[in-house]
Amino acid sequence: MRRLLFLLGALTVTALLAGGMAGAATKNVVIGFTASQTGKLNVEAIRQINGLNLWIEQVNEAGGVKLPDGTVLKFQAKFYDDESKKERVQELYTKLINQDKADFLISPYSSGLADAAAVIAQQYNRILISAGAASDSTYKKGYTLIFQVYTPASRYLTGALDLLAKMDPAAKKLAIIHEKDKFSTDVVEALKKYAEGKGYQVGLYEGYEPGTTDFAPFINKIPAGTDAILGGGHFADTSTFAKQLHEKGIKAKMVALLVAPPEPKFAELGEAAVGVIGPSQWEPLATTYNKDTAQKLNLPFVGPSVEEFNKAYQAKYKETPSYHSAGGYVAGLLLGEAIKQAGSTDTAKVKEALDKMDLLTFYGRLKFDTAKDHGLQIGHEMIYTQWQKDAQGKLVNQIVWPEAFRTAEAKLYRQ
Amino acid sequence: MFGQLLSSLTDGLLLGFVYGLAAMGLSLIWGVMTVINLAHGPVIALGMFTAYLLFTQAGVNPYLALLPVAVLGMVMGLVIYGVAVHRVLNAPHLSTLLATFAVNMIIIGVGTAVFTTSPHNIDYSLGSFSAGPLTVPFTRVVAALAAMAATALLYLFLYFTRPGKAIRAVANNRMAAELMGISSTTMLALSFGLGTLLACLAGGLIATFFPFTILSGGPYELKSFVICVLGGLGNPLGALLGGLLLGGLEGLVPAFMPVSWVPVVEFGLFVLVLLVRPQGLLGAK
Repeated sequence: MRRLLFLLGALTVTALLAGGMAGAATKNVVIGFTASQTGKLNVEAIRQINGLNLWIEQVNEAGGVKLPDGTVLKFQAKFYDDESKKERVQELYTKLINQDKADFLISPYSSGLADAAAVIAQQYNRILISAGAASDSTYKKGYTLIFQVYTPASRYLTGALDLLAKMDPAAKKLAIIHEKDKFSTDVVEALKKYAEGKGYQVGLYEGYEPGTTDFAPFINKIPAGTDAILGGGHFADTSTFAKQLHEKGIKAKMVALLVAPPEPKFAELGEAAVGVIGPSQWEPLATTYNKDTAQKLNLPFVGPSVEEFNKAYQAKYKETPSYHSAGGYVAGLLLGEAIKQAGSTDTAKVKEALDKMDLLTFYGRLKFDTAKDHGLQIGHEMIYTQWQKDAQGKLVNQIVWPEAFRTAEAKLYRQ
Repeated sequence: MFGQLLSSLTDGLLLGFVYGLAAMGLSLIWGVMTVINLAHGPVIALGMFTAYLLFTQAGVNPYLALLPVAVLGMVMGLVIYGVAVHRVLNAPHLSTLLATFAVNMIIIGVGTAVFTTSPHNIDYSLGSFSAGPLTVPFTRVVAALAAMAATALLYLFLYFTRPGKAIRAVANNRMAAELMGISSTTMLALSFGLGTLLACLAGGLIATFFPFTILSGGPYELKSFVICVLGGLGNPLGALLGGLLLGGLEGLVPAFMPVSWVPVVEFGLFVLVLLVRPQGLLGAK
């Protein structure tokens, strides 16, 4: 009997030791998020998922992230379809945290949905990397665990006016027509302030309801002699707006619209896409962010080069990456780097690493506000692209601003 | 300002023809059967999707696609009548409302499962016509012309053909019509089918210039209610006139206030007409 008890004890100790060693060897890190696979934000959201999944696949294939204690971290995504609805976002993020035991969170696409997720993340003490959400207002609410990858909405379209001043210094009259949602409203409020500060007259400033399909009433209100039309919202409504501007034969020096123009799919509009300028977080043609640039700025360069990212993304998804794709990828890259620097998956330690983060990636510089607007992205800058026809008449999305990134000269919209 | 007003009014009126067509189906069913078809919106959306699928999957010109869209509309109406409406025709109004509302929910449920709520678009353009301050996309002109043609055909059918007269007889006095040898069941099914045919046709036309989802029929259903009250029930010309008034209003309002105010004015008009002239402009005395 004593021998049996001894044997059982020995087996128990052996099992515990084996379990401990196995636990020390590899750990699965769950990254939770929702995405709008359906609903009006589906085009943008799916590319963001693709980007993140590419990063997860690459980091796992490279052997994962090694911690100082010898633990090897492998990453796994857990996601649900939020149907582009805020109520679903809050239910699902709570579920991701409580049931799926997500260690880290990535935001859903769009500022409104990301804002809905942020409150849950903060409440449950989970870091949330926000991609596909540019609104500034989320970062004015006192959150400490929400970190933004995108250039904020307040700097989304202001660069288009800098470009307009270069294209035609005599241009003075603007029309701003925007979606009435958090992101687009933040963009145009900052734009209007900036424009008026620069001496522009805003002759029309009106919002449309999300889901609007008839833009003729707004287009008809554009005052005669308007030099530039700016605004839009997300992919579905902005594409329709651009199409109807063309159908109505609108003349202007510049048409600069949110979100839709940088998407390769926008080219399906054909003639209606020609001349449209779009602010982009990143472009596949933007090769400026590289190791040499990092060296000049005295910053570490992290992750793949632009060429490497483009090649890997196209090989896996058979499509050209957009800034939504790059945003999703970099959200993962940033998280992986923060965990590496923290040497831990502990929320407080990873937060500290993110607060100190200042680095360059193929996507651009990434640095966070750690004071009043905690988590706001302050390192990254916008690029502006324009659809132009090449010598063969094929539509190409060229980078036209800033000058350091330019692949072609900007052209006037319609005269 | 004059140029803007002219553009706005033109766009509104062109759209008004299509609103009229959409409402014509609801008006016909409501006028003939005193059944309010709450599945009207989803039927319009199915017209949109049928045109879309024929265009994207079979390469059919969206205007040629209107023929199968109309056939589908008729078949759908006959099925809905047979399954959901016939048995509750003589029951209190609430029963027909619930029956058609159930059909509404079924179509939206299946439609959401099949198509999701992602926007779809028929990428088709006929270019635009310009004259002075006016620039009008030809797709809207064609839609307005098609609506006029449909109105004329429906009017001729109802007033100059034997089945059409039979439908009006059933609407006027069902029992007397039956005594005259008219099968009221057949006529009611036919009128329901005509109603959904017109709704699908309107959906197919709208799809040529606006993106849509399975939920997109809803706003047109609401406008159809306003138009039925405005123009009067059972009269195709009333529906068209009501549509033009509503479209004209939608053109005028944005010229003087934000576009968001359009629904406020529309439904205000709705209430006003109910109070002042409940039978509508061309409705029966």
